[in-house]
Amino acid sequence: MSPSGAELLRQVKSQIEEVDPAVVAEHLGNGMVLVDVRETDEFGVAHIPGAKHVPKSYLETRIEAAAPDKDAWVVLYCASGNRSAWGARTLTKDLGYRRVASMTGGIALWKDRGYAVTTPKALTAEQRDRYSRHLLMEEVGVEGQIKLLESRVLLLGAGGLGSPAALYLAAAGVGTLGIVDNDVVDLSNLQRQVIHTSDRVGVPKVDSAEQTIAALNPDVQVVKYPVRIDASNIMEIIEGYDVIVDGLDNFPTRYLLNDASVRTQIPVVSASILGFDGQLSVFKPYEGPCYRCLYPTPPPAELAPSCGANGVLGVLPGTMGLLQATEVVKLILGEGEPLIGRLLLYEALGATFTELKVRRDPDCPICSRPPDAISDEEMGVFPDYEAFCAAAG
Amino acid sequence: MATVKIPPVLRASVGGEKEVSADGSSVGEVLNALAAAHPQTQSQLFSAEGELNRYVNVYLNDEDVRVLDGLQTAVGESDTLVILPAMAGGSR
Repeated sequence: MSPSGAELLRQVKSQIEEVDPAVVAEHLGNGMVLVDVRETDEFGVAHIPGAKHVPKSYLETRIEAAAPDKDAWVVLYCASGNRSAWGARTLTKDLGYRRVASMTGGIALWKDRGYAVTTPKALTAEQRDRYSRHLLMEEVGVEGQIKLLESRVLLLGAGGLGSPAALYLAAAGVGTLGIVDNDVVDLSNLQRQVIHTSDRVGVPKVDSAEQTIAALNPDVQVVKYPVRIDASNIMEIIEGYDVIVDGLDNFPTRYLLNDASVRTQIPVVSASILGFDGQLSVFKPYEGPCYRCLYPTPPPAELAPSCGANGVLGVLPGTMGLLQATEVVKLILGEGEPLIGRLLLYEALGATFTELKVRRDPDCPICSRPPDAISDEEMGVFPDYEAFCAAAG
Repeated sequence: MATVKIPPVLRASVGGEKEVSADGSSVGEVLNALAAAHPQTQSQLFSAEGELNRYVNVYLNDEDVRVLDGLQTAVGESDTLVILPAMAGGSR
């Protein structure tokens, strides 16, 4: 006679190792891989901080992303310790993991013992559908998606670089997108500035961008700044943003942005383009070099042409703007190796990428000093870069 | 001969090429050979005193020559020099 379900569970539990929540609490974050095997909605309500999420029905196909090392100490938990017992047997018998345990009593006992749980904001059913391809990824998941939804990204310019970046960041569910642009849509913009449309020629770019974003993703709040960024307004505008996307078209403002972002310790994902060539880097204050470490002084005018005068292949800002958006998402999620201390050069005609190292300058006039070493008096009165650059040119 | 990658703003000065070859056993020698072959690059690369202009970065393979031995940095036959002036183009 086949065993009853309860009998079978007893047999399974006799074949696996079980650990008490106290053991997990002691060793969590210390080489132990803790995996929550419950369903997505259960995980979304509350889970143990630091736990990875692999639903039991996906253990066979997805555990290797969560626990690539089969010699690692893997502890599974569920609601009460039964599903995780089955899971532990699967990992041991079928998948060759050598040190697997199931946590006794599940998250219910964990909570009874008074240990902490994370209760992330839950996604709505519509959001679970909209972001389902993110939720399937170990590197994003519900927690990562909520990070995106709670993040604030500032785009300097809704032009060639800002347009594709804004579209994909909005689609990805970045909750707040600030857009600084004092320009109106021109017909000649549409060859590359894909967030705008033919029927919006003459409309302020911030309004046009807001319309497109609203139609794409209602989760995204757009904050519009129809101004030209300068020393008088930059501190007020950038305050409270998590990441800044720099698609500025001139050196004075790039230096101004650098100094303000170092002062406020906001990372800047910076790109520039010319003709068939693009450059990309991430300036994360105090973790890597700043823009002044890379380019201590601007070049004279004849070596600093603008795109307006020189032309740009329409798809190139698309490529570079999306590389920027990718770096932004990585910074928000805290995943991967952001392009900090590295400069990526892309040459479209030859289809070549070149990577260069960028070092922090120990004598950098800005980032060699602690942010609060810059006095309040100095703050509102950035040097007059316009005059400086005019003189240099 | 080392390979020298030419940035967009200097390409007009070297006949439109994206890379050129130049002789020399140090960074300074290679850049001087480049300037001799393409005189328009001289003032773009070097100050009147013969120093590398501060707004021009030069990399030996992937490393800034300023953290190596500057213009004295040794250059091998198979090395690549990348000349990189600051670029600020967004597109409005």
